[in-house]
Amino acid sequence: MSDPLHIAGKTYQSRLLIGTGKYKDFEETRQAVEASGAEIVTVAVRRTNLGQEPGEPNLLDFVTPDKYTILPNTAGCFNAEDAVRTCKLARELLDGHKLVKLEVLGDQKTLYPNIAHTVRAAQQLVDDGFDVMVYTNDDPIVAKELEDMGCVSVMPLGSLIGSGLGVLNPHNLLLIMEEARVPILVDAGVGTPSDATLAMELGCDGILMNSAIAHARNPVLMASAMKKAVEAGREGFLAGRMPKRVFANPSSPSEGLI
Amino acid sequence: MTSLTVNGDPLTLDGTTVADLVAQLQLQGRRLAVEVNRDIVPKSEHGQHPLRDGDVVEIVHAIGGG
Repeated sequence: MSDPLHIAGKTYQSRLLIGTGKYKDFEETRQAVEASGAEIVTVAVRRTNLGQEPGEPNLLDFVTPDKYTILPNTAGCFNAEDAVRTCKLARELLDGHKLVKLEVLGDQKTLYPNIAHTVRAAQQLVDDGFDVMVYTNDDPIVAKELEDMGCVSVMPLGSLIGSGLGVLNPHNLLLIMEEARVPILVDAGVGTPSDATLAMELGCDGILMNSAIAHARNPVLMASAMKKAVEAGREGFLAGRMPKRVFANPSSPSEGLI
Repeated sequence: MTSLTVNGDPLTLDGTTVADLVAQLQLQGRRLAVEVNRDIVPKSEHGQHPLRDGDVVEIVHAIGGG
């Protein structure tokens, strides 16, 4: 069944986006990305280690921009200025690439988004021609504002980054999706395949995750599980669930009983 | 000799351009981005962009992150 995800003019078959942090090494990262079926892969932008040997391996040699859509993020930025600066560096790093994941964090303990700074940075980036996928809280008013501003995807948290607590407020996600005209991706909080399936059954357009795969005992196997979980949830959403009933309803006909 | 701050640390450059700095650090051909005094210097200008005493340079690359 063809049911592509459209983001910033590009079409993707996979609705699972994954991060590249916290893996044992680049080879494990590569295998997990491969097993997940993800086509969009997030990376962070950091200072180059100056003491390195020539030929030291680089993440983008393992997860290559010709095969994957690289989504640089602004993780670790706690104000709009740093986030915008990071996106501009990422654009230079990736030869003019415009798609970025904006996240402006509020504090270290919760990594909850700072909405005032997120909105300010999103506006500057949209004005500067970036295609902005934005991490936000699950407030439907904020989500709409970010969409109206021109963000190409709005990505509310299911729960705190790295918490693995799943989708704690499905009702708010439903309110966000009710009004949305851009893809709504759950970013952060998914811990298990069933969390991912539940989010997709709600009607989310996709899921972005990192820790749930990288911190699994077997990350490559979990990447494969998450691929199936997202697909199952999506198909379940499209198929439409049966109505709930208070009392039983037999599945076998009552006529012709002996 | 040019005295710079590169990625937060002092560095003496034996050369005069961004390209010289990248070469001195043996980073030629790597996928990176360079900022001098908070302005990005595009790759196409590395060979011409002069570095002067006191310049603050950031060199970044992509790493794992979510």
